[in-house]
Amino acid sequence: MSSFVELWLYLSATPLFGLTATLVVYVAAHGVYTRLGQAPWANPVLWSVLVLALLLLGTGTPYEAYFSGAQFIHVLLGPAVVALAWPLWQRRAELRSRPVALAAAALAGGGAAVAVAVGLGWALGLPVPLLASLAPKGSTAPVAMGVAGTLGGEPALAAVFAVLTGLVGAVLAKPVLDALKLRRPEVRGFALGTAAHGIGAARAWQVHPAAGAYAALGLSLQVLLAALLLPLLLPPLLRLL
Amino acid sequence: MGALQGLALLLLAQSAGELLVRALRLPLPGPVLGLGLVLALLAWAPTRRLVAAPVEAAADGLLAHLSLLFVPLGVGVIAHLGLLGGHALALALVVLVSTLAGLVVTGLVLQALWPERPEPVEATP
Repeated sequence: MSSFVELWLYLSATPLFGLTATLVVYVAAHGVYTRLGQAPWANPVLWSVLVLALLLLGTGTPYEAYFSGAQFIHVLLGPAVVALAWPLWQRRAELRSRPVALAAAALAGGGAAVAVAVGLGWALGLPVPLLASLAPKGSTAPVAMGVAGTLGGEPALAAVFAVLTGLVGAVLAKPVLDALKLRRPEVRGFALGTAAHGIGAARAWQVHPAAGAYAALGLSLQVLLAALLLPLLLPPLLRLL
Repeated sequence: MGALQGLALLLLAQSAGELLVRALRLPLPGPVLGLGLVLALLAWAPTRRLVAAPVEAAADGLLAHLSLLFVPLGVGVIAHLGLLGGHALALALVVLVSTLAGLVVTGLVLQALWPERPEPVEATP
């Protein structure tokens, strides 16, 4: 028994552990998700995170030890944001054919999410650094971290809020969009990518190719809008609060 | 090989973006500037022929597994629960309501501005 504990301590301290655990748990969660007909509540990110967190808590493994291996997956988020140039480039004809509708929806939807987050957070008495960490949460984690930093927020918290936002959007999009009778995959995908960034886009991609492409478009527009507009518009507002 | 070349290109673009952001003190995350650089390479015909195929191969691979890339950060939620302090309930409410607002407003505005044509309905997310 003690040799098992020693082996575990050895293994969990190497980068191999975090990388292997992340991939194995995700592959299993994705398998279950596929088996269940891609039910929104079976979201593979949600369940991977829960299982891995329980594993770390149950074995007393510190997050830092886990992340020393998981970071090799995490660093790919940067090039993944850069890679959004490709779906944007592919859909340039559609962007040009209805620029007003897409830009208006991106501005209105992204703006509504930021306004509700900052406004409701303020009304509930959240301190300003938390509001600054909440504001860019709809723009995918690596971007939210950068923007939150320039706004005076906490990048680690911004990443947490971004992931939670993506999960909420990916899980609730189907019932919400069904209730609104929005049936077209393009509209549903764009709403998912706008409100729930990469996690929503991943969900849209798994269900319908057109929804996936429009989700990538919605997500890329949010990334650009958040990066360009929030550092200009938000600091004056936050100074008033 | 195409995907590897593409990944190298995406990483180069991101690095260039990070360097430019720091050198010029731009209020932008490095990867976003990198996205702009790759768009510029795709838009300019002489570079497009060189970069289009590798960028497509790398982007397809990365974006197909996009949700996996969020898992390490998601596990970090547990590590950072202490930072939420006494605000956990308010924060949960804010994240839930603001995300729903984003979904509803985006969907309704796009639907209103982009009139529907009669089309067969397939599976939807």
